[in-house]
Amino acid sequence: MATLDYVRRRFLPHIWCPGCGHGTLMATLVRAIEELAIPKDQIVMASGIGCSSRIVGYLDLHTLHTLHGRALAFATGVKMAKPDLHVIVPMGDGDALAIGGNHFIHACARNIDLTAIIMNNQTYGMTGGQVSPMTGHGERATTMPYGNLGQALDVVAVARAAGATYVARSTVYHAPQLKKLLMKAIQHRGFSVVEVLTQCPTYYGRLNQRGDAVEMMTWFKEHAVPVGSDARKDDPARFEVGEFVNVERPEYCASYDEIVTRLKPREDEHA
Amino acid sequence: MNEKVRFLQGNEACVEGALYAGLRFFAGYPITPSTELAEGLARRLPPIAGRFIQMEDEIGSLCAVLGASLTGLKAMTATSGPGFSLMQEAIGYGVMAEIPCVIVNVQRGGPSTGQPTHVSQGDVQQARWGTHGDHAIVAFTASNVKDVFRMTVEAFNVSESFRTPVILLLDEVVGHMRERLRIPEEGELPVVERLLTQVPQTVDFHPYLPREDGRLPMAHFGGHHRHNVTGLAHNIWGFPADDPASVDRLMHHLVGKIDNRAMEFAHWVDHQADDAEILLISYGASARSALDVVRRFRERGDRVGLLELQTLWPFPAALVRERCAQARRVAVVEMNMGQICREVQRVAQDPDRVYLVNQVDGRLVGPDTINQALRMIQGRGF
Amino acid sequence: MRKEFLFAGSGGQGVITASIIFAEAAALKAGYHVVQSQSYGPEARGGSSSASVVLNTIEVGYPKVIQPQVMICLTQEAFDKFSSGIRPGGLLLSDPFYVRRLGRLDARVRLLPMYEAVRDRVGLPITFNVCVLGALVGLVDVVRPEHVKAVISDRVPARFLDPNLQAFEIGLELAAGAKPIPRLRSGPPPSPPDPVGASCDQGCVPPARLDESTGSR
Repeated sequence: MATLDYVRRRFLPHIWCPGCGHGTLMATLVRAIEELAIPKDQIVMASGIGCSSRIVGYLDLHTLHTLHGRALAFATGVKMAKPDLHVIVPMGDGDALAIGGNHFIHACARNIDLTAIIMNNQTYGMTGGQVSPMTGHGERATTMPYGNLGQALDVVAVARAAGATYVARSTVYHAPQLKKLLMKAIQHRGFSVVEVLTQCPTYYGRLNQRGDAVEMMTWFKEHAVPVGSDARKDDPARFEVGEFVNVERPEYCASYDEIVTRLKPREDEHA
Repeated sequence: MNEKVRFLQGNEACVEGALYAGLRFFAGYPITPSTELAEGLARRLPPIAGRFIQMEDEIGSLCAVLGASLTGLKAMTATSGPGFSLMQEAIGYGVMAEIPCVIVNVQRGGPSTGQPTHVSQGDVQQARWGTHGDHAIVAFTASNVKDVFRMTVEAFNVSESFRTPVILLLDEVVGHMRERLRIPEEGELPVVERLLTQVPQTVDFHPYLPREDGRLPMAHFGGHHRHNVTGLAHNIWGFPADDPASVDRLMHHLVGKIDNRAMEFAHWVDHQADDAEILLISYGASARSALDVVRRFRERGDRVGLLELQTLWPFPAALVRERCAQARRVAVVEMNMGQICREVQRVAQDPDRVYLVNQVDGRLVGPDTINQALRMIQGRGF
Repeated sequence: MRKEFLFAGSGGQGVITASIIFAEAAALKAGYHVVQSQSYGPEARGGSSSASVVLNTIEVGYPKVIQPQVMICLTQEAFDKFSSGIRPGGLLLSDPFYVRRLGRLDARVRLLPMYEAVRDRVGLPITFNVCVLGALVGLVDVVRPEHVKAVISDRVPARFLDPNLQAFEIGLELAAGAKPIPRLRSGPPPSPPDPVGASCDQGCVPPARLDESTGSR
């Protein structure tokens, strides 16, 4: 199947701002799905609310544009009901980790076979540049005009601690690597998390003097180091990209099906 | 012992009714006094390959139910006041995206944490207007275990027929009391299956184009028709649309498909209401006390009757208006500050003859309270 | 013909189970309209525990007891709290192992040594509630013993069935030999009068007003 066959072309051009990284992520995700050759009917894509969530409208899959923060909860229902479907859940950083943080932690802990993609642009783009859980300390946002008092959340650490069995990070600059990581995440049997740094030149970039899209992507290029690299010691702004966690643990729906199988011959109990 | 005749709690009867109606997915979160529903379905669903999941909160519970329903499973959640508050946004999503599901609220005393183990009917107007934005909703109730079963089946039937969330408003007394229940044979009660699209794979499918009868055939996730589901205002394809014509059509469709069928959805029981000079209107556990009062007055030859409502929303205005017109005085018996009384006053020709008889202390309103109130209304003193 | 039964004791005595078995037998075997309900809240988990059964030949309206004809009080606390609410001339079943101070009561009181009987003869104190049930069935003409035994057989796990049926028979036996404690028709109500009961507008058995419902979800 050609790449564009996965796209609802009649809705292009998309609504994202010029220079936004979300389009790069969408293209990379489509290429990952294409390379895995998953039929379109076998994929449900559930998103929340925000710039990120609009990705579902452009893809010719079963698409579910849900409520702010609730994409993983809807997706959990879809997956439990039809475990054979691939369920991919693109979310924004605020969507997944602020309003949806509770669902995120518990989806990790259940190890339910969903692919969570956190499109991390370090801000709330749709509402105009407010502080997000991924905004760094001292960085500016419209609701942190004097600099962010808090610290950026370490998604990788949270996901690992909560029990996600596949955790990776990349950026829209590293599209070839990102594609491979997305492919592995989709194929992984269990809850997988891919954090994708994506630039928002319109708000985060402008408020923090990060330059245009090209400069922001260059920054990703210059500061990304492979997982485990010592180079971070020299510059605290550097961040690791690659695969952090890839382990096997019982998957939630599979465990449920084992119970169903075990109970089948038994007649229905009655108190 | 006949397996089909059981002695069950209202909450357990709701479980049985849901399974009879074809429930195959339940997501919930523990909360008194509804927890028996989750516990019952945690045991009952896996042996029939149904799906049960305890979510991290009530928000997630209803969202999971909506997701599962989109794959074709009949789906339900159950909660009480605080959880019902948390579900309100997702109820609106179910209304907007027209996703069948049943939401059981076993009411307890509120507001806030209120009285977890005590009875109330305080969520009646929240069921109607809890989610934001203009919308219509269906809500049923029941006063005994047999009717809990029956109305649960009906809740699924209406939900599946009209692609809408249906709320089942039980209360702590009805949820926890045990009575005899004969579980109907298969086929004895109608069970509505979801209407699926017959449109072939290669033809454009319109998930949000109502047929003339108001029903909208569905296509399930995992099938051949890939469409979009959104909480945004949308067009007949389910894609976001904010042009005035699309939004206007959508709003009138969403409200009209429910409110234009108020009498079709209306369920009620007349207890000697036809010749009543004093008409009691009640529902849920309080209707049981009202029934005792009717018997007591009738023994004395007083023409007192009871209209027991089983459909609260859409409010059966035509029915209530007609019954009220026949009576000299109307007393609405409920365990809140007058949430249905205000509806009765709204539709009655003479609202000054409509009285509220209520109790809001967490205890079931009893026959003596109603009795005393009726004596006052009749001018016979306390 | 509305008949109200109140079962009261402490959590762990099986009071609620006994009420359910009795109610189920009356509903499914004897053909009455029956409603069973129980107190909810922390007091049902270790503290005092109570359940009510209302039966009628027509549909039961108000589902809780108002002034029970029959009361089973299995702790002193339950007796002190509820006994004044009994219908005058009603039947009160209790056990001298748990209830020692009776006070004056306008009721037919039957004090049967059910606990000691199951402890000594069955060897399983846990069957106490079923023995109480046997005594109740023997004392009131509502359900036949075989009805209740059928429900016990449905509800009790097979390996515990025999001792439970034995306990039930002991209860019947104790009821058959029970000597009435004379009614005290003119006596004043037991002290202290229950202020909660007095304020209850149905004249009903006072609902539990313990420190309940604090944040229970």
